[in-house]
Amino acid sequence: MSYISLSEKDKKEMLERAGAASMEDLFGSLPGEIRLHRRLDLPEGLSEPELLARLEEIAGKSTYGRCLSFLGAGAYRHVIPTAVEALSSRGEFLSPYTPYQPEVSQGTLQVIFEFQTLICQLTGMDIANASLYDGASAAAEATLMANRLNGRTRLLLPRSLHPHYRRTIETYTRNTNLELVEVAYGAGGGLDLRDLESKLDDRTAAVLCQIPNYFGVVEDFKAAADLAHGRRALAVAVVAEAVSLGILEAPGRLGADIVTGEGQSFGLPLGFGGPYLGFMGCGRDFLRQLPGRISGLTVDLEGRRGFVLTLSTREQHIRREKATSNICTNQAWCALRATIFLETMGHDGLRELAGRNIHKARYALETLAEVPGVEPRFSGRVFNEFVLQLPENWAAVDTGLRGKDILAGVELERDFPELKDCVLVSVTEMHTKEDIDRLASSLREALR
Amino acid sequence: MNREPLIFEVSEKGKRAFRLPKLDIPRRKDSLEGYPLREEIEGFPHVSEVEVVRHFTRLSQLNYAVDLGFYPLGSCTMKYNPRVNERAAALPGFSAVHPLAPEEYIQGCLEAVKRTEELLCEITGMDAFTLQPAAGAQGELVGMMLIRARLTDRGDPRRIVLIPDSAHGTNPSSAHLCGYGVQEIKSDGSGRVDLADLDRAMTPEVAALMLTNPNTLGVFETDIKKIAGLVHSRGGFLYMDGANMNALCGICRPGDMEVDVIHLNLHKTFSTPHGGGGPGAGPVGVREELAPYLPGPVVARRDGRLILVEDLPRSIGRVRSFYGNFLVVVKALAYILTLGAEGLREMSEVAVLNANYIRRSLEGIYHLKYQTPTLHECVFSDKLQKEHGVTNLDIAKRLIDYGVHPPTMSFPLIVPGALMIEPTETEPRRELDIFIEAMKAIAREAEENPEILKSAPHVSYVRRLNETAAARNPVLRWTRDLKEPSAG
Repeated sequence: MSYISLSEKDKKEMLERAGAASMEDLFGSLPGEIRLHRRLDLPEGLSEPELLARLEEIAGKSTYGRCLSFLGAGAYRHVIPTAVEALSSRGEFLSPYTPYQPEVSQGTLQVIFEFQTLICQLTGMDIANASLYDGASAAAEATLMANRLNGRTRLLLPRSLHPHYRRTIETYTRNTNLELVEVAYGAGGGLDLRDLESKLDDRTAAVLCQIPNYFGVVEDFKAAADLAHGRRALAVAVVAEAVSLGILEAPGRLGADIVTGEGQSFGLPLGFGGPYLGFMGCGRDFLRQLPGRISGLTVDLEGRRGFVLTLSTREQHIRREKATSNICTNQAWCALRATIFLETMGHDGLRELAGRNIHKARYALETLAEVPGVEPRFSGRVFNEFVLQLPENWAAVDTGLRGKDILAGVELERDFPELKDCVLVSVTEMHTKEDIDRLASSLREALR
Repeated sequence: MNREPLIFEVSEKGKRAFRLPKLDIPRRKDSLEGYPLREEIEGFPHVSEVEVVRHFTRLSQLNYAVDLGFYPLGSCTMKYNPRVNERAAALPGFSAVHPLAPEEYIQGCLEAVKRTEELLCEITGMDAFTLQPAAGAQGELVGMMLIRARLTDRGDPRRIVLIPDSAHGTNPSSAHLCGYGVQEIKSDGSGRVDLADLDRAMTPEVAALMLTNPNTLGVFETDIKKIAGLVHSRGGFLYMDGANMNALCGICRPGDMEVDVIHLNLHKTFSTPHGGGGPGAGPVGVREELAPYLPGPVVARRDGRLILVEDLPRSIGRVRSFYGNFLVVVKALAYILTLGAEGLREMSEVAVLNANYIRRSLEGIYHLKYQTPTLHECVFSDKLQKEHGVTNLDIAKRLIDYGVHPPTMSFPLIVPGALMIEPTETEPRRELDIFIEAMKAIAREAEENPEILKSAPHVSYVRRLNETAAARNPVLRWTRDLKEPSAG
């Protein structure tokens, strides 16, 4: 099955028109020495029922679905309204190209314009782009952007930043003159502001601060931003759990110059890590350095409103090696899903959803902290994740819980050796009271 | 036709489209105390479910799409996106799996990754693949980083990357992002890399040659072995942009052409939907020498199980979170399994047949700068129509009136006024003929009535849009004071 639409008669007549004696003839310009003189060694093609059976068999080997899971750490299970699935699967949204021809792409362009608006409203920034790959690469793009904006070369990264984000930033900045400096976290789990102050200097391009941070703690972003601004460095907010924007103060109102993050929580399935949705917003003054596509408003020949991709002189297809970024294909369809999600949730729904996450996480934290020997590792206020310190070997406890297909959270020691026997627990609106109580009783049992 | 408002313009406080279940834990008054809370989300919409559904359904109808018709975008490979692939990606064992779950719970996902890597290795003749890059451009960046890391280990990362003048704009941009200077290589009279120019440019400062093959003219670089030999003999690497791999599957393999690194675009060759600009996936394949540098973690087999290996001392590191655009990978896997070896070869054969059918049908009517045989695409120009003051943009916009999406025009830069046409293998002959007839009709109109082209399109939801005004006075978001301009 190859999804071709030609009959044998078509093929014959078209070969004639093309002036070729055979299919083989069409490839006459290829030298024989590099031709493949055998069939590719691949399994025989499958019919649709065979394909589905084969893939169901493979997918069936992922038994995650039977788990009671409290895994988060940058990938969250949230409610997805039916409308998101139904509308985003329309062929007119799935199968168009990038809207370079605006007259036949007004649907996609208006969706992007609405997405940009929603991101601006949530982050408190003036402008936003059409999307980036994911939260980690978006954070990396933000560091490069900060350097372009002020020419400075030191980047302060909190130790409480998502480890994948940190490593992605390391990869993206390796072949530049940028220097990465780590800022410690304090007893509350938030940025150690004294450490931040001592490391800030006049070479500092930007301070990154994740809110809520990797440990779930709601950082005092304003304090960090004020310190950064005191040295004329930029304050960059990184949001890995975008639902938090529904209730926590917009980073833009706390002094952020650039806000970047991961939009997976807005209507995208866990999907074993992707595709997700990077987003970025900034102040209007920084427009020329903002990477990625942007949809803008204009008028047509008859004066009617329409949308076009604009300011493309920042982009690779015009500027080539002088572009603000090499990004071309982005995550447009994921941004569409986020737009449908956010408009369906609406103002009141999103606030309620965000509040619900705080309530549930708080209930979970209190319930779990009652288990003898279990302590919250940090004292800071959390959004929907928190770190628990266990009294003994985490591996043994985890094995006990896994026997019941319970995944209590992400083990932290591998990325943070100082957090031995600590686990990052994520609780969303999807967890019922019963789920949380079951985790507590199982933990109690495992520790007995 | 009614104009579809922005959602913000129909919003009214008190309306809702979604409700959460009742809170099943005791609500505590003080539980939000001490948080930096926002009063409201200024301007955020309040609408009903009907309004949301109609809004997006109407917006969808303002789009052209592969599901609606022919999309002759050169180098973009806008082929049909099989519906069964979407169903495959929605299987809960793929779509509802957390990326950080322990290995015992994610065997199916790891198998999909491993299997896809193996299939891509066989199709391209490369030794190892990473599926982490989220798009072609990120694949290019990873490829450049791999080369740089290897050269650094050899003692000198070098300074320059060579890129032919026919290349896509992401190539120089990606090389630059990796810290390399870019030097352009000229094309010869046949549209291929000028070997003499390459010979001169290929100094010990050169890290790599980035080559698209077949190139953006649709022309196969027949001297590829000589080119590879030249680059290798001077210590450089040969990078192949696999954007045009749709011409070659089952015909020849980059690995057999001594390519060192290649990126593929799963959203081109392997049928995953473009989604209005993404998500794509840009897997990178390498020869053995570069495999230790691939981004991690990598999937490996151990004792009959699949595991994630994180400890990779020579890896360039991560380029994003988790493991890439996994569900896009699943769609490509479904496609490769459906086609098999025979299907993939037929895919490339018919893609080349369709392109040559169009080329022969329009030759003489539109100017063809290079007479060299072409594979999956052909590049005409507006040279003949320019005599009547008509540009490629006018031709493109007029095509919209005929119900067809315009071809690619922004490159290759070596063909001024380019009309780059790639039909792909999935188009029915009837659709190709509609396009050919439309192009012929437009050529006639260019001679007889050029004004109708200059003011095209005439029948779309909006007429030609003022892009200059959009850039001069950027309005990039809705605000309360935004007024809809009155219809003219």
